[in-house]
Order: sequence, then C-alpha cells, then structure tokens
Amino acid sequence: MTEKVVAEKKAKAGLFDLRGILALLFGVYGVVLTVMGLVSTSQADLDKAAGVNINLWMGVFMLVVALAFLAWARLRPLAVPETTGETATGSTAGSTAATEGGRGN
Amino acid sequence: MHFLADADLRLDAGPIDYALLAVYFALVLGIGAMARRSVSSSLDFFLSGRSLPAWVTGLAFISANLGAVEIFGMTANGAQYGLPTMHYYWIGAIPAMVFLGLVMMPFYYGSKVRSVPEFLLRRFGKFAHLTNGISFALAQVLIAGVNLFALATVVNLLLGWPLWLSVVVAAVIVLAYTSLGGLSAAVYNEVMQFFVIVAMLLPLTFLGLKRVGGWQGLVDKVAGTTGSSAADQLSSWPGTNLTGIGNATLSVLGIVFGLGFVLSFGYWTTNFAEVQRAMSAKSMSAARRTPLIGAYPKTLIALIIIIPGMIAAVIVPELREMKAGAENGVTYNNAILLLIRDLLPNGMLGIAITGLLAAFMAGMAANVSSFNTVFTYDIWQAYIVKDKPDDYYLRVGRVATVAGCVVAIGTAFIASSFNNIMDYLQTLFGFFNAPLFATFILGMFWKRMTPLAGGLGLIFGTASAVTVDLLNRAEVLDLAGQGASFVAASVAFVVDIAVSVGVSLVTKPKPESELRGLVWSLTPRDQLRHDDTGENSGWYRKPVVLGAGVLALTVVLNIVFW
Repeated sequence: MTEKVVAEKKAKAGLFDLRGILALLFGVYGVVLTVMGLVSTSQADLDKAAGVNINLWMGVFMLVVALAFLAWARLRPLAVPETTGETATGSTAGSTAATEGGRGN
Repeated sequence: MHFLADADLRLDAGPIDYALLAVYFALVLGIGAMARRSVSSSLDFFLSGRSLPAWVTGLAFISANLGAVEIFGMTANGAQYGLPTMHYYWIGAIPAMVFLGLVMMPFYYGSKVRSVPEFLLRRFGKFAHLTNGISFALAQVLIAGVNLFALATVVNLLLGWPLWLSVVVAAVIVLAYTSLGGLSAAVYNEVMQFFVIVAMLLPLTFLGLKRVGGWQGLVDKVAGTTGSSAADQLSSWPGTNLTGIGNATLSVLGIVFGLGFVLSFGYWTTNFAEVQRAMSAKSMSAARRTPLIGAYPKTLIALIIIIPGMIAAVIVPELREMKAGAENGVTYNNAILLLIRDLLPNGMLGIAITGLLAAFMAGMAANVSSFNTVFTYDIWQAYIVKDKPDDYYLRVGRVATVAGCVVAIGTAFIASSFNNIMDYLQTLFGFFNAPLFATFILGMFWKRMTPLAGGLGLIFGTASAVTVDLLNRAEVLDLAGQGASFVAASVAFVVDIAVSVGVSLVTKPKPESELRGLVWSLTPRDQLRHDDTGENSGWYRKPVVLGAGVLALTVVLNIVFW
C-alpha cells in the first residue's frame, strides 16, 4: 500500500461528523422531553422530582445542546476533500484537507 | 449482588422510556454500519486510521473508563464512604492523566507502535512482550465480564429477563457494533454515551440536592444519619474509612502512594484500553491533548457521580436502613438505581436507563476493542501466524472480537460472585497494571534495564500482588475497604522494581542504538516535540497549559472539599 492510498483512506475515515449525530440524538430527545413536560406532567411526577418539571427543563436544555452542536458543525465544518483519489494530487490534497478538517475541534 | 429479585427495585419504565432507548440503539447500530464503510485496513479497524480529532478522543478516553466502575462503583462508594471517594478522581486520575499527556504520550505516539505491548516489544524484546500481551488480554476479558454483568443486571431489572439471557443479548449488541465498525464505532459510541450519562447525572444531582435542602441540607442529613462517623464522610482527608487504615498518616500515605501513584499511574498510563484512544488521534499534538482534554470533564464529573451517591444514602429509605445496619437485601451498588427510581419521572427515566445501558456497553466495547487489537497484533501476528496480508489480520481482528465477547459471557459469571464490583476491579488493576507501570517507568528512564528484567519483573510483580490478595482473603492480613488492593498494588510495584533492578545488574542490556525513541535519555529532544503550527497552534492547545490548568482546578476542588 502506498502512502497516497493510506492518505486517501484517512480522509474517508473522517467523513461522518460526530457533531451531527449528537445534534440528532439530543434534538429528538429534547423534543420528546419538552412535549412530555408540557402535556403529560402529573402531580405525582412533580412530587417525585422535588416539585420541578424536570422533563421540561431537561428537554429545553437538550434542544439548546443540539443547536449548539449544529452551530459548531456549521461554523467549523469538516473539510471533505472534493477530489478524493481522482488524481495523484487529489489524494494529497485530500490528506491535507482531512488533517485540517478538525480545525477548532 | 442482589439487585435483582427484589421487586421494589424495578424501575417503572413506560412505552416512552423504551422508545427513547430504542432511538439510541438505532443510532448506535447505524454508526456501526456507517463506520464499516470506512474500514478498509487493519489500521482503520484497530486505530481508526489515526484520524480522530482531539475532543473526540479526549471524551472517548474518559468514557472508556466510565462504565460499570464509575456509575455503580463510585455512587456506591459515595453512598458508603462519602467525600473521600473524590480521591479516586482528584488524586487517582488527574495527575496520572496529565503525566500521560505531557511525558509518556510522545514515546507512545512518536514510536508509532500500535499497542502498549508492542512498546514493550521494542524496548525489551519478546519475553516481556508475550508476558504482557497474555496478561493484558486476560485482564481485558475479565474486566469486560464485569461490564457485561453490570449491563445484564440492569436489563434484568428493567425487563425482567433472566440474567443469563440479559448477558447474552447485551454481548450480542456490543459485538454487533464493535465487529462492524472497529474502534471508530466504539469511540463514537463512547462520546455519545458520555453526553447521555451527563444528561442523566445532572438532573439527579440537582433534584437530589433540592430534595435534601441544598448542600447544607445534605451535610446536616449525613451528619444526622451517620452520627460519630460523619466527620469521615464529610471531609475528603484523611479518608480512613475508604482505606480501612486506622492511622491518619498511613491512610494519607496509602491514598497518595497506593491509589494516587501506583494504581492510578499504572491504570491511566499503561492501560491500553485508555491509551488506544489517544493513539487513534490524528497528530502527536492531538494525542498529547487527548488525556488532558479528558481530564477536565473527569475532574468535574466526580461531583455529579459522588454527590448523588451521598444523596441516595440519606433519602432512599432502603439505603438509609441498610446504612444503619439493617439487612434488607439492598447493597450500596444499588444506590444509583434507587435514586433514579425515586427521583425521575417517565421521560427522564428513559434517558437515565439509556445512559446506564450505554455506559456499560461502552465500557465493555472498550475492553473488547483493546482485546482484539492486542490479540491480533501482539499474540497472533507476532507469534502464531506471521507475514500474512493486511486483510487477513483484519479478519482475525473480527474473529477475536467475537471470541472476546463469548469469553466475556463466561467471565461475567465470575464477576457475579463478587459483592462489590469496585473491590473486584481494583484487585484486577493491582494484579495487572501496577507491575506494568513499574516496568514501564523504569524501562523508560533507565537505559541499563535489560530484556530479561522486563519480563521477570512483570511476572514477579503480578505474582506478589496475587499473594497479597490471597493472604488478605485467608485473613492473614487484615485490611478492610479497598485498602487491600492499594497495598497489593504497592507491593507489586516495589517487587517489580526490585526484581528488575536485581536482574538488570547481572544481565546484558540492549545496545543503546536500539533504544532510541524508547528511553528518555537516548531520545533526541526534537523527536519528542510536536508540530505547533496550523490546527495545533494557539496557547490553549499547548499541552503544558492544559495540564497546568487542570491541576490547578483539582487543587482548588481539593481545598473546597477538604
């Protein structure tokens, strides 16, 4: 395996961005908890949680977290190489882009 | 452990909670499948192609350790011993993580080895390599068993499935994503799990504190329920209740040397399940920052793990009775589950259950993914089937993953015979990590240390820790609490050093030319330096600044909770 092929593989390995997945997870969780907090909080639930509507609070908090991850991913995107492995220079550029992809992480 | 039988322990999960759990697992398996597409060489599978950014590896670094040990063990310790448990973090983890980032990582990452045993191969040759490879693989499947057992007990509690079925199902899920996506899948899941576990622990801490009337309320209640031993529970030093060593000075010595130096440095600097995360970082700079970035959340997470444990001991009726001496089938290991049962309504309950299951799976996946790497590179490729093409070893890695999971099912039943998971784990760390750390530290700073000394030191070190443990079990020694494992680890360390020095003086060292990059005094300084331009520039990315910052934070917290 040549150095160039290795570089290309590295670029691919970084292709999917964990920040997007985290935003998805907490977005879904946040919506579910917020809705539950708004519509289905019984007095028993409140008594259990020391009088706090914890689903609502954590739901809103998770939505904020989800937005923060989205904003981070948007502001400092992973630089995906445009011409992965098409040409010799393409794969070299790919490896540089992959190394720079995490800038700011 | 008896989390099970007791119907009072059943968490009252509803359809929504299961739906939240299902969302998580769908994502986990999805990541496994997506990561599979990016796995095309053994380096991708075992070290994520060395491509991960520092914040990902940093969080994975602590998540790999945030399994059964932390969640059950540390809340249990918090409930039982109170604030002295903080030492496991502030003395027992942070200094070692800083040391790893600043001093040791340049050797690991710089020498381009693929595993910790491989470093021993380069430094000491085959004898030490094989000894460590086998003992590490053994330790990992034993610890994977602990995580698997803890995971199965939660499934058992939640769904009421029999324990054996829970163990098998849990093993199959871990297997599915680690064998598909290799280390990338494991690491990505660890980072997700970290955030979910924080989303579980934060509300537990705040609601718990609100219920007991704030920090002062907690202090008053702990004082009210524990009477004369309240002072031990509420100040972190000298921690005599934790160590089981009556004398305050010796107790501090036990914590600082046994826990803080030998066990902790041994664990954090040589445990490949941790170090592998840093090795998968994309540059030397990112690798050095990995443990340092991880150290910050590690410092703070202690608060939201141990304080809920202390709260559980005063507000959960069963735990309060038990702490007062009643035999009601509840153990400290149940603290976190009882607190979740008593504080969280449906909705948050689903998040909490997801967090717990994810933590145990991540813990097990970390053990399995480091086991398959060491087994493939350090045992199979080095000694059994050499010189095959790369895709052959990729396949061996996948098979080893399956085998690791199967063996872990067996070792889960060993773990089930111990009363306190934490005691069992600390014992294992004493056996395997303490001597390894002694060998490493001596080998890294003393060029005279010989290959034979490397191997014999490890064997005698482990043997002496096992001896101390057996003596304590046979009640020849009398150490309560976790003091026994601190002493066993310290003895292993001292014996390893003594044997290594003794053997080195009468055998022939390796020529200096072969030790370049492996021994401190023979490595040119610029080989240890890393690139600090471009994405690695900026004062806040300097390892020294990050390390000094987290040490300062730890000192402040130690003073606050003195």
